[in-house]
Amino acid sequence: MTAPLLRVEDLRLALAGDRASHDAVEGVSFEIGRGEAFGLVGESGCGKSITALAVMGLLRAPLSLAGGRIVLDGQEIQDASAAEMRRLRGKRIGMIFQEPMTALNPLSPVGRQIAEMFVLHEGASWNEAMDRAEEALRQVHVPSPERRIRDFPHQLSGGMRQRVMIAMALACGPDLLIADEPTTALDVTVQAEIIDLMAELCSAKGTAILMISHDLGLVANMCRNVAVMYAGRIVERQPADAIFAHPRHPYTQGLVDSLPRLGERAKRGRQKLREIAGVVPSIAAYPSGCRFNPRCPAATDICRQVAPDLTALPAGGLVRCHHHG
Amino acid sequence: MADTLLTLDDVAVHFTVGSTLKGGIKTLRAVDGITLDVRPGECLGLVGESGCGKSTLALAIMGLLAPTRGRVVLDGSDLGQRSRLETARLVQMVFQDPYASLNPRQTVRRTLADPLRLQGVGRAEVDERVMDMLAKVGLRPEHADRYPHEFSGGQRQRIGIARALILKPKLVICDEPVSALDVSIRAQIINLLLELKDEMGLSYIMISHDLGVVEHVSDRVAVMYLGRIVEQGGWQEIFEDPRHPYTRALIAAIPDPFHRAAITAKAKATGEIPSALNLPSGCPFHPRCPLKAERCVAERPMLEAVSPAHYAACHFRDRLG
Repeated sequence: MTAPLLRVEDLRLALAGDRASHDAVEGVSFEIGRGEAFGLVGESGCGKSITALAVMGLLRAPLSLAGGRIVLDGQEIQDASAAEMRRLRGKRIGMIFQEPMTALNPLSPVGRQIAEMFVLHEGASWNEAMDRAEEALRQVHVPSPERRIRDFPHQLSGGMRQRVMIAMALACGPDLLIADEPTTALDVTVQAEIIDLMAELCSAKGTAILMISHDLGLVANMCRNVAVMYAGRIVERQPADAIFAHPRHPYTQGLVDSLPRLGERAKRGRQKLREIAGVVPSIAAYPSGCRFNPRCPAATDICRQVAPDLTALPAGGLVRCHHHG
Repeated sequence: MADTLLTLDDVAVHFTVGSTLKGGIKTLRAVDGITLDVRPGECLGLVGESGCGKSTLALAIMGLLAPTRGRVVLDGSDLGQRSRLETARLVQMVFQDPYASLNPRQTVRRTLADPLRLQGVGRAEVDERVMDMLAKVGLRPEHADRYPHEFSGGQRQRIGIARALILKPKLVICDEPVSALDVSIRAQIINLLLELKDEMGLSYIMISHDLGVVEHVSDRVAVMYLGRIVEQGGWQEIFEDPRHPYTRALIAAIPDPFHRAAITAKAKATGEIPSALNLPSGCPFHPRCPLKAERCVAERPMLEAVSPAHYAACHFRDRLG
């Protein structure tokens, strides 16, 4: 059994407010093996994106690391200096964000932005780096890369920009690619292409992926293991096929059941969709006990009083629920 | 004809863009010849990706954009012949973003009451109808005097729905009504829309890129690509027996954890959506189509029948399926 590439242990992230500080993320632990695709799923505000920011060392006030360890390839990086993190990002950890237009520099041609990775991290000359940038664009299937390297981001479509982001993120052959909602801003047919491209390149290079999304279906399709977050905590972690077929946490069950699925109506006729009652709680007012209890159809007194721990499931996986059995 | 509520007859909306100084004036064919009807009590799903013209078409139906060509006939008469107040009683819209589409300075009561007052409804009846509408969309009476910022996204969308329905319109255009909402809230809003449709006898045009939602709510479906309808039919025909490669690509693009596999990876589209300013020759889908042949580059396929109520604009519509 080799050591995992990334281990996040008991991560706690604090959000400083006007009067009090709140825990935006609490007790989040997971591991990603080399070359493994791992998914983190949840709704807006559940803490999935800031968990990724913490791994990249990009937390900024009012957010701060309040506890826990982040171990990349055997090395603890939660206390690494800004300079050390800068060397890691780009070289060992690549990143793709939701909106490629805001993540690219609008004043610089895209070829130069990719080439910069080789210059900064590998000490390449600009000439050599530009040649490699062209090759990198070819690998992400950008047509006529020899011309495209001179284009500015605004001259490219959303899908092309995201391809440029992928080329940049994978330029130096990182061990880990963090993709935060990489296709949310794209059309569905383009999304499918970008996901295929990411999966293809990462498996060819043995790059692990931390995929963050609100779309359980997308993540389950691409990743081996999936963790579902709700209100700052992981509520369930299972292999991807199991989480859809046998979701164990009432929140995950609600997510799986509440969305109309293609083909369902033809099989069963139009059924009323199962609703998850209520709304996502705000960070300043997380309920006591299990944070899902006000919305949970199975909640009992213990759920309102005692926060459940993550417990192991017999078939593998973890669930944070008093009544999972 | 009494059995259609809305009839679109070869509707086109073109915009001129650019200037004579910078590269010349071009015509953007946002909507280019759409013929469609919606029957009373029916939900028509309108599917397509960004830039296909679905929102422009919605604005033309609302009477907010004048069509360049063609007619929009609503409830028996031409849209251009009605006053805005009359149009407002017939057709209303639910918008995508409940944060941007409600006036932050107006209480819910005012948002709901203003349309009634404009229509000349008396004060006592206004109050009664506002309260009645709030109850219908699942809000409480005390919510009436609150402002939009006091509500969650799902509740705001309920207010947006109440506003659209307060005048008891016959047709409601829902433009991506759930895609800005949290995943766990979407089912509530979809269920509510379907309940209200039955209760009030409404017709819907449901615009969405989420095929799961469209299949769930629609009676008939039209698929748009670059300003035209490429396939149209009953929901079962569109989803069980799609005949246009673009429809098949849309279905194939949905991540499917259950490996439905009826439509395989071979159906996927490649490349990007072309600009509506510079349409490809022949079939506009040919640069992305897995079935492309010489004929597709040269000759534009017309929307023709596959079966009596199922139409597809593809030279190979009979070979697929």
